[in-house]
Amino acid sequence: MKLVSNLCRGAAGVTLAAFAAMPAWAQAAATAAPTVNKGDTAWMMTSTVLVLMMILPGLALFYGGLVRSKNMLSVMTQVGAVCALAMLIWVGWGYSMAFGDDFSSDFLKQFISNFDKAFLRTVTPDTTAATFTSGVAIPEYVFICFQMTFAAITVALVLGSVVERMKFSAVMIFAAIWLTIVYFPVAHMVWASSGKFFAMGALDFAGGTVVHINSGVSALVACLILGKRIGYPHEPMPPHSLTMTGIGTGLLWVGWFGFNAGSALEANGSAALAMMNTFVGTAAGGLTWMVVEKLMGHKASALGFCSGLVIGLVAVTPAAGNSGPLGAIVLCSVATVVCYLAVTKLKPALGYDDALDTFGVHGVGGMVGAIGTGIVYADYLGGPSKSDFNMGHQILVQLATVGTTIVWAAVGTTIAIYIAKALTGLRVSRETEFEGLDIGEHGERAYNY
Amino acid sequence: MKLILAVIKPHKLEEVREALGDISVQGLTVSEARGYGRQKGHTEIYRGAEYETNLVPKIRVEIVVEDGFAERVVEAIQHSARTGSIGDGKIFVLDVEQAVRIRTGEQNDDAL
Repeated sequence: MKLVSNLCRGAAGVTLAAFAAMPAWAQAAATAAPTVNKGDTAWMMTSTVLVLMMILPGLALFYGGLVRSKNMLSVMTQVGAVCALAMLIWVGWGYSMAFGDDFSSDFLKQFISNFDKAFLRTVTPDTTAATFTSGVAIPEYVFICFQMTFAAITVALVLGSVVERMKFSAVMIFAAIWLTIVYFPVAHMVWASSGKFFAMGALDFAGGTVVHINSGVSALVACLILGKRIGYPHEPMPPHSLTMTGIGTGLLWVGWFGFNAGSALEANGSAALAMMNTFVGTAAGGLTWMVVEKLMGHKASALGFCSGLVIGLVAVTPAAGNSGPLGAIVLCSVATVVCYLAVTKLKPALGYDDALDTFGVHGVGGMVGAIGTGIVYADYLGGPSKSDFNMGHQILVQLATVGTTIVWAAVGTTIAIYIAKALTGLRVSRETEFEGLDIGEHGERAYNY
Repeated sequence: MKLILAVIKPHKLEEVREALGDISVQGLTVSEARGYGRQKGHTEIYRGAEYETNLVPKIRVEIVVEDGFAERVVEAIQHSARTGSIGDGKIFVLDVEQAVRIRTGEQNDDAL
């Protein structure tokens, strides 16, 4: 009944429309249908396209600026193409696997949903998805689109470690398999009410585990199997345009408000908290990197600032609606210091060629963020927990979630990469790698002066 | 005829051009160049990856003038391009065998 009364409060036109559709509502009201609020819906539609902006052109420019100019287009094309592919696969079977109906098997339903909603069967403009407030829902199509962009950006993030040497065909095959066996199950485990981690009470507001640990660990495994770029680390491979990377960073930050505040699924106080934290946590990350650079005897750098901002964004993702602003600032600063060490010390020491530091930034930042969320959530640290919050237990839950995701992502990536290798050879020829993937793989050049 | 070839700091180009204009140099050719001398290069750091950059950006200026004029040109460049710090660049003077103005076919001093 609430639904009808809400809508009748509107202008005359709305009231008229309301009467026209009365029979359908009467039915819905009889089964206590959840309320769809227009403000929530508008915010979620906005958030959804903000996340798309993070990918295109945000991530494409952020990553593109970091490679050598001969590989600029290959990075932009790979990011764009896997993003498009992820959208089609998402409506094909991804949404159903992640957020569809439960399997009857109690074991299976912890990991994926059944395939009843494949190709969005049974979804209509009238079906809804639940939010975090009981009785409040958003149109299911909006929820599907919002979550679709998360799948798209996650698979695009993985590519950061394998740029400048992986075949385009291999990228596409890897993306399709990886989404199916890694992303959809992990998204289900963390976010679906029947999912394994969700049931354990894991805190992951906007995808620190699903998006960042998942993509970071997968990126590491993928680059280990693929091997180093020719000449790494002896030849200089400086970024060809930090200007583009800077523009990409800005687009990522702005888009991230859709990502984090949108993950509240409503336009409410929780979304506002996530928005607040996405400002201050990110700011803390950017400044922290530059301070660390200074303390290490270097100059405060533009790329350092951009890197710190992205680490702040990554670390605040699981904590966005699960932390007070001061908690987010501390969490993001700590994450930035840890990531700085991972990128500048751990990577050279171990010698792997994570070209754009997807593991160092998203993997490591995601882990610090996910575990730290179990700390900053506490009410006595300014977080939104209840007063009976058990931090020790929460941290164990966070650790179990992180650990399982690492193993899942590593195994799934290994399978996906080897299938792509069997079908395509995985790596471009030596000539193509020297000449650049723009000419070799796409027949174009980014800059024709 | 003499070819005066000067390698200077990029930000000094405008001053050099003005100084040459003041002594009525008719034309010059400028190109972007990279190189090093005693200045050597500098270090660039990207996310902790350090690169020694030996070649630093320079501007190369080429002017061809009559023999008697060369000394004044060299002097003008030397004064205008100087900052006093290492890396200010160098000036070379070379003999030129022949010059032709393409439009008219004029030769040597007439072609300058």
